[in-house]
Amino acid sequence: MLKLRGKVEALDVTSPQPRLVHLTQNADLPGALRDRTALLFKGADIQRMLGQFAASKSATKPFAAVLLCGSDEELACARELIREVRDVYLLPSDYSYLDDGDIVRLNPAGQSLSAVFRKNAPNNSVLLTERCNHLCLMCSQPPKDTDDSWLLDDAFELIRMIPQGTQNIGFTGGEPTTYGDKFVELVEAAKLSLPGTALDVLTNGRSFKNEAYAAKLGRVGHPDLQLGIPLYSDDPVRHDYIVQSRGAFDETLQGILNLKRHGVRVEVRVVIHQQSLPRLVQTCEFITRNLLFVDHVALMGLEITGFTRANLDILWADPHVYRDTLSRAVEVLRAYGMHCSIYNHQLCLVNRDVEPVYRKSISDWKNEYLPQCDGCARKSDCGGFFSTQVMYRHSPNIRPF
Amino acid sequence: MSKFQPITFFCGESAKRREKYTLLPFRFTALDSVRYVATNLAGEYTLIERDQLQRLVSLQLRDDDPLYVDLRSKHFLADEHSRMAPDLLAIKVRTRHEQLANWTGLHIFVLTLRCEHACPYCQVSRQSENKDAFDMSAEHADKAVHLVLQSPNPSVKIEFQGGESFLNFELMKRVVLTAKAANGKLDRPKDLTFIAATNLAIVTDEMLAFCAEHEIGISTSLDGPRELHNKNRPRPGGDSHERTIAGIRKARLRLGRQSVSALMTTTEASLPKARDIVDEYLAHEFTGIFMRPLSPYGFALKTKFYRAYTAERWLQFYDEALDYIIELNRQGIEFREYYASTILTKMLTSRDSGYVDLMSPAGIGLGAVVYNYDGAVYASDEARMLAEMNDTTFKLGTVDDSFQSLFTNDTFLQALDESFAYSSPMCNDCAFEPWCGSDPVFHWGQHQDMVGRKPDSEFCKRNMHIFRGLIDRMEADAFVRQLFTRWANTC
Repeated sequence: MLKLRGKVEALDVTSPQPRLVHLTQNADLPGALRDRTALLFKGADIQRMLGQFAASKSATKPFAAVLLCGSDEELACARELIREVRDVYLLPSDYSYLDDGDIVRLNPAGQSLSAVFRKNAPNNSVLLTERCNHLCLMCSQPPKDTDDSWLLDDAFELIRMIPQGTQNIGFTGGEPTTYGDKFVELVEAAKLSLPGTALDVLTNGRSFKNEAYAAKLGRVGHPDLQLGIPLYSDDPVRHDYIVQSRGAFDETLQGILNLKRHGVRVEVRVVIHQQSLPRLVQTCEFITRNLLFVDHVALMGLEITGFTRANLDILWADPHVYRDTLSRAVEVLRAYGMHCSIYNHQLCLVNRDVEPVYRKSISDWKNEYLPQCDGCARKSDCGGFFSTQVMYRHSPNIRPF
Repeated sequence: MSKFQPITFFCGESAKRREKYTLLPFRFTALDSVRYVATNLAGEYTLIERDQLQRLVSLQLRDDDPLYVDLRSKHFLADEHSRMAPDLLAIKVRTRHEQLANWTGLHIFVLTLRCEHACPYCQVSRQSENKDAFDMSAEHADKAVHLVLQSPNPSVKIEFQGGESFLNFELMKRVVLTAKAANGKLDRPKDLTFIAATNLAIVTDEMLAFCAEHEIGISTSLDGPRELHNKNRPRPGGDSHERTIAGIRKARLRLGRQSVSALMTTTEASLPKARDIVDEYLAHEFTGIFMRPLSPYGFALKTKFYRAYTAERWLQFYDEALDYIIELNRQGIEFREYYASTILTKMLTSRDSGYVDLMSPAGIGLGAVVYNYDGAVYASDEARMLAEMNDTTFKLGTVDDSFQSLFTNDTFLQALDESFAYSSPMCNDCAFEPWCGSDPVFHWGQHQDMVGRKPDSEFCKRNMHIFRGLIDRMEADAFVRQLFTRWANTC
């Protein structure tokens, strides 16, 4: 698992204000671009190039920051070479994946850094808030009730910095619509800055029970927007229980109807676990009879993080054991011509009949395989595991092909 | 203490569990001695045993009964946990009827009543000679085309009927060319398609070339194996089957594999040959069959072919064919029965396949309209069959009338109004009503009444049996359920 955020050592900072910066490894970057760009040296490059850079540095415009990423020894040597340089950040080698074109958030006061955009990653998610009106049993991002609206300010700035031509970005939370109209403005800003970039938003959809709000989002006319909205059961009680909020089922359904009324694409997301499994097939039948007009249905495996770890006893279900149920659920969706996908499952734990909708879905930074997967003939077709599944719980029935 | 609440917290207080729900509109009909079929307002069904049904309607069903959760999810009952049922039901009902607003999409041109076949069961009362008296005139055809393009429906299909439609090929060409030209001049040209009903016996290469150029589909008749087909469908030379099969091959080569469909008609001689008939369709590479009984019109009545078998006997024949088709699918051979597919679409989805006989409001005029060879306009194919028997009840007018006056014809509107199944006696209480239709032409012909006497109605008997049979089969067998769900969605 890649470490996307954490403590770093910030030396001799000019300003304590957090900021977003592009990364470059080109020490000769034109001065005009250096305000918003941090220079990155990794591993052996620190030794090889830093001295030269430090010597010539006084003659040219400074970078927004200098990031040095390497082992303890490499960083120790570097300290000697950079006495004259300001705004230096020392990054442990966990961050050696950072590369040209990535965007990081530097927080000098908090002595921390987060990688907010990785140019070569297939998906980049932007966390908008940790606040949420749900308390899902399996939440991977447990909600916090604090004012974190700086995340939204950052998001506005970030979408102006992400390069044109990026295929896809995501907005996630917490509940992004916590911001009300500001969220719609952010989608509009994304459309204006990144018109060619698909935008996936994860929301519980409840805010859109207000039709005027759904209409407002529809009027933005984003060319490639899709809202991923969870519906965990056709049984309102069970859905409300899983999200730990009374009335959630109705508001989410109203939200889905209103969004589709106003031309916004919707993906229904069902996370499969002990509490949703008893009615998984019925839930898919309910979707085909009542929500046939949604654009996609995702049946998702469990990530063993956040609240899931606390509630593992009432959540964990072995995909090997529920494989036939999963096949029946997919059969229903496909018979009705619905676009659907299986996310977050291992190929050897699903029946062959669902392979046409099986996807390698786990984000690259938290995607791993087991040692026994090395001998598997179909490893390259398999989505593998969440790092947290490898760490905390996975099926004992993994069988390499 | 955990910050997470157990599921019982979301169920509400157990003391209040009883009598906390309200019933949504639904109907039930016995399936067998134990089980009832219950359908909600949108035609979704569930099976309930008698004692459960008793508890449900007397508000004694407990919310910890698994049936309770199913019934709430399928909108048979509602309680404090969700108020979405009316909205969702409304969407489903609206979806089912959305085609009504588009008005008629199927426009049938009876190009001629002449036919070189002499089928004793002919329901349209074909004529063998006198071109002048039984061919549609160019003037009438032009006026009919003008009417077709006034339909508000964005997609319009012109179907050529007979007699044998290709006996008036010159007029077919004229209709296709004038309709295409006029359509191109509309502000919003319609999606215009053509189909020709033909026995294929006299089709020439020139005719097929024209069909290929204008993408005219072919709908033909194939009653079964050679001996049966030729017995049912006599013509000079006794070679109907040979000509039909040769025609099917040729037409497929010229027009594409999917452009030829076939229909069978059941006679008394067909009854012992259900499997052979299906095999005949398989052998000629059809992917499905429409098992069709005779209708009580034209020569079929006069020659007593219609009365040669009872509804019960036909249903036995239908069941045998359907079971055989299911077994074929179990072997991996994809093949379907189209009447079942039409009904399953209604049972398992919110769409309607638009089959004229199974519509309510009735499909006459709304699902189809017929421009007859003599310039008269009828509300359906059966309506013009009835007219050949000197009953012009369902005549809307003539091609000289305006679109508005044709489709506001008093008898027509009255027939729609009176026969609306949701408010017809007995249909109103029937669990199968959401899937059924009203067929006022049939009932008028049989009972001289738009609604008809349902206990005596063969239409009712036949469809009720098929509804029950389809449910029985898919409830007993998961494979059949999957198969039927696929049929429902590709009809």
